[in-house]
Amino acid sequence: MEESEQQVIQHLAVPERVSDTPQTTGESIFDMRDVSVYYGSFRAVTGVSLSIHENEITAFIGPSGCGKTTVLRTLNRMNDLIPSARVEGDISYRGAGLYDNGVSATAVRRRIGMVFQKPNPFPKSIYDNVAYGPRINGERNKAVLHEIVERSLRQAALWDEVKDRLSKSALGLSGGQAQRLCIARTLAVEPDVVLMDEPCSALDPIATGKIEDLMQEIKSQFTIVIVTHNMQQATRVSDRTAFYSVLRDEKTDVRTGTLVEYDQTANIFENPRDSRTQAYVTGRMG
Amino acid sequence: MATVSAGSPVVDLREPAGWRRNKNRIATVAMWLALLLAIVPLGFVLETVIAKGASIISWQFLTGGPIPPNVLPAGTGGMGPAVIGTLEITGLAALLAVPLGVLGAVYINEYGGRGILGRLIGFMADVMTGVPSIVMGLFIYTIWVLHFGVSGMAGSFALACLMLPVVIRSSDEMLKLVPQNLREASYALGATKARVTVTVVLPAAIGGIVSGALLAIARAAGETAPLLFCILTVTATNANVFSGANTALSTQIFANANQVFAGAQARAWGAALTLIAITFILMIAARIVTARFTRYSR
Repeated sequence: MEESEQQVIQHLAVPERVSDTPQTTGESIFDMRDVSVYYGSFRAVTGVSLSIHENEITAFIGPSGCGKTTVLRTLNRMNDLIPSARVEGDISYRGAGLYDNGVSATAVRRRIGMVFQKPNPFPKSIYDNVAYGPRINGERNKAVLHEIVERSLRQAALWDEVKDRLSKSALGLSGGQAQRLCIARTLAVEPDVVLMDEPCSALDPIATGKIEDLMQEIKSQFTIVIVTHNMQQATRVSDRTAFYSVLRDEKTDVRTGTLVEYDQTANIFENPRDSRTQAYVTGRMG
Repeated sequence: MATVSAGSPVVDLREPAGWRRNKNRIATVAMWLALLLAIVPLGFVLETVIAKGASIISWQFLTGGPIPPNVLPAGTGGMGPAVIGTLEITGLAALLAVPLGVLGAVYINEYGGRGILGRLIGFMADVMTGVPSIVMGLFIYTIWVLHFGVSGMAGSFALACLMLPVVIRSSDEMLKLVPQNLREASYALGATKARVTVTVVLPAAIGGIVSGALLAIARAAGETAPLLFCILTVTATNANVFSGANTALSTQIFANANQVFAGAQARAWGAALTLIAITFILMIAARIVTARFTRYSR
């Protein structure tokens, strides 16, 4: 945390772009081309094109209603669960079209996990919560399950707090613990990508700090995309930031979300190209 | 400085006097009255049934048989055939209606709810709850008894038809209460819809589903009209629910209560108390079983 703050100060002192085109540190893992999402006839998001890179943390920021969560949910086809939702444009994941014919949403979600805004542990024991994913994927061996549960809880920095009460209900955990349990549950299926939809919005700063630390810990093994309302959080954790905003049609008053700017996080916050990004990150709008 | 002991504190933190305070009192009294109105008749029924029925209850009455003719005094024979009949007929009805009803509710909620079929099932279930039980009995009489003869099973069919809409509706309401974010959590781990339903949705709703099913079973156990012409009535135990005339506590209450003979009346009260006791035991047993399933929900 301290380190990233120093980084920010350093960049403030040297106000030039880190690079004009984002350097490719990791391989591009998602490629979105001109993606629009509709809920019924309402176009929630219009024309989003961006690439998400492997083993990086990508943050989606922007005011409410700008479509960050909607875009995030297209990445593991969670929007399929909303009957009226429809996706246009191309989204490829490691070269394969996510919305191609014959692609199973279930298979997609096994590789691309999701952590939700509100901690949503199952009304089961802590152990059964973490073991849920491996079990539905066919793991029956108790020793293997044990090992997965312990490893996932350690990765989520929760093991020491719950190791003596694994058989107790997960609903007895505090908000921060419950959210880390949900992260552990997601990691237990060994996904390739972890999508996080405002994972800290219901948590206090200490719990938030723990989750940010664990994101840094696990990013070498997973690619993370996080939606956040907290701009400090985006600067602290992310490598790249996408700023979304709301476009309003003057005549019809129809609003739609769109991607305004996508760049390395330092650029977005210190040297944005778009005046709307500038206004948002400096707190003059949104 | 304000002195507490003086009796008049500086700030008055009570509800302000006037209409608002009165409104509060009126509402509280009204609620207590409503509670009493609901409980008093129930208490009377229980008290009367126990007072008039308890004296005849004995092991012989509960298990012995055959059911004596109306003219015989209390203490002869027993209601054993009716107890067995009620257990097997209601049990079979529950076996037919509960799984079907729960699956129907799952279909409405998790699968085809927004489609025409889903809405049609929901609507038909609502209509079916309004069908008088004797009509359901006549329905089974027409399509089953006329062709295959009377049997305990025919009674079970009629009871199952009565239970089905109640089970569908109560399960449906319970499934609706399962938070969407639990389903999403499961989907996000790569679960199929069937998996989500079986491992997350049904366990989360099991307590309410069991309650609804129990209400339906309890209701069916007391039904008399549809059984009258589906199972007829016999005085000896018929352990075979699938064929032959049978008997049940509810029909025995009906057959005995409208007699002038003291013995028959005593047997009717005894049968009523037995039926209430069976339902009560069933409720408690189901609560104990579901407590195990829902132990993590608290």
